Amino acid sequence: MKTLNIALPKGRLGEKVYAMFEKAGFPCPSIKENNRKLIFENEACGVRYFWVKPSDVAIYVERGAADIGVAGKDILLEYRPDIYELLDLGIGKCRMAVAAKKDFRDDPAATLRVATKFSNIAANHYLSKGRDIDIIHLNGSIELAPILGLSDVIVDIVETGTTLKENDLTVMETVVPISARLIANKASYKFGYREIDKLVHAIAAQTEENK
Amino acid sequence: MNIESLQQSERILFALRGLYDKYGYVRYKMNKFEEYDLYARNKDFLISEGVITFTDTNGKLMALKPDVTLSIVKNTKDDDSRVQKLYYNENVYRVSGGTHSFKEIMQVGLEAMGDIDDYCIFEVMSLSAESLACTERNCILEFSHLGVLSEILRYVGIPEEQSVMRCIGEKNAHELTGICASLGISEEKCALLKNILSVYGRVDEVLPEVRKLLTGIVSEGTLSSFVGIARALSNSARGEMYYLDFSIVSDIRYYNGFVFRGFAEGIPSSVLSGGQYDTMMAKMKRKSGAIGFAVYLDMLEQYEKNEYDVDNLLVYEDCTVSQIKAQTDALIEKGESVLVQKSIPSDVKYKKLIRLQGGKRI
Repeated sequence: MKTLNIALPKGRLGEKVYAMFEKAGFPCPSIKENNRKLIFENEACGVRYFWVKPSDVAIYVERGAADIGVAGKDILLEYRPDIYELLDLGIGKCRMAVAAKKDFRDDPAATLRVATKFSNIAANHYLSKGRDIDIIHLNGSIELAPILGLSDVIVDIVETGTTLKENDLTVMETVVPISARLIANKASYKFGYREIDKLVHAIAAQTEENK
Repeated sequence: MNIESLQQSERILFALRGLYDKYGYVRYKMNKFEEYDLYARNKDFLISEGVITFTDTNGKLMALKPDVTLSIVKNTKDDDSRVQKLYYNENVYRVSGGTHSFKEIMQVGLEAMGDIDDYCIFEVMSLSAESLACTERNCILEFSHLGVLSEILRYVGIPEEQSVMRCIGEKNAHELTGICASLGISEEKCALLKNILSVYGRVDEVLPEVRKLLTGIVSEGTLSSFVGIARALSNSARGEMYYLDFSIVSDIRYYNGFVFRGFAEGIPSSVLSGGQYDTMMAKMKRKSGAIGFAVYLDMLEQYEKNEYDVDNLLVYEDCTVSQIKAQTDALIEKGESVLVQKSIPSDVKYKKLIRLQGGKRI
């Protein structure tokens, strides 16, 4: 049996995802040990896990370093990696939204200044509406941009909305709902589709519970 | 020339040219440059965006070729008397996905243009599989049929728009379910669509099931031609290499009929891509049909790893020229490579170290 290389996103989401893999019959007890190891393998189950930065999972999978992985739909929409998106895991649910200061008035005659970490998602969203925008690409603390007048609106991930509320910002519209997706490298799928399909079916049985 | 001493990608190139010659394909040599207008008009046919352009001495905007097929179609004429069978190995200039900078890529491929019948499709797809076999790796040639896919989508009542084709290409059944629901398509038809798209496997294993699923959905003519060619491929010497996968989606503005991709184990993306492009021929005002494929030698080269720089490192001290030469000649005679140095270089990886002192091995 071919060993499946699985890229998991570091953090709370990754732990939830690992729990699903474990429940599906692909455990790897060494992953729970408190050490500095980067790769964890269970030869008997034919799996090798590794933790990577959530935004890097798609790169590991697209480039074949991982056969499968779990990435947020936000990352998949932003970078459009050439991969298979096999399952919506129904966890890590949030939404990509447009937010602005509560008193913001949208003037359709003016170019809209949009601050975001997700330039492609923002550009495609406004392109579909035929709206002229100026994208300000930021790497963090996006909520600051409209408060300091750097931008009119932001396009960012909203989970509970607490950060927005505390900074006097409000959601104007939802761009797209987001959740964690099980992805696979296309070439890995060709040579290991039986193993991958087996794992996908075992995980799919759990995703119904997350809906 | 000792073919074993060539790099793997050079050996593959050598083997591919021999293979295409054997089937009567004629080598097509073309100019490095092409008028930019050709690519501007057929931008979507190109694999990557971005073309290197320059203004020629006569003021014409020219481009370094990002693609070979378009040039071949432009520079050949319709010939009713035969199917024109050509192959090429040319450098193309494309933006690399990873680095977002231009790269020179060696591409080998072949094209058949004319009255394309089932045998011609079979021959080109067989040559694709044979080309993959030349890579010296475990390979798979998977194929789909855009005509069959179009008829399935028409039956289900789902448009061939970008979002739908993207879901199909990603094997993204969950979002396809959402699209079907938003279009008011019945659960039964949606399940049928997902069922067909989820089929993946060796042709001999899945063809009977596919035939059953498609009967009554796809027209008899399209289905029998598809099944006939699939069966002939499956029964051929490379039968185990052929896989069926309806998630292969090429741009329907250019491609129709059979489309296929080749994968080699250990390489994370496709190393061969091809299909029937009658629609593109019609777009370029040609009466002929066409089918062809390209092998991406750059992908093979990228993952070609030589463990050693050289078989033997011969380090000599107090030796005459003839003593050293006798040792190197003996190694080369055995078919091994040898690097002669006075001391051990720090950056050379060798299989065996030979020390020669006063003409004797120590």
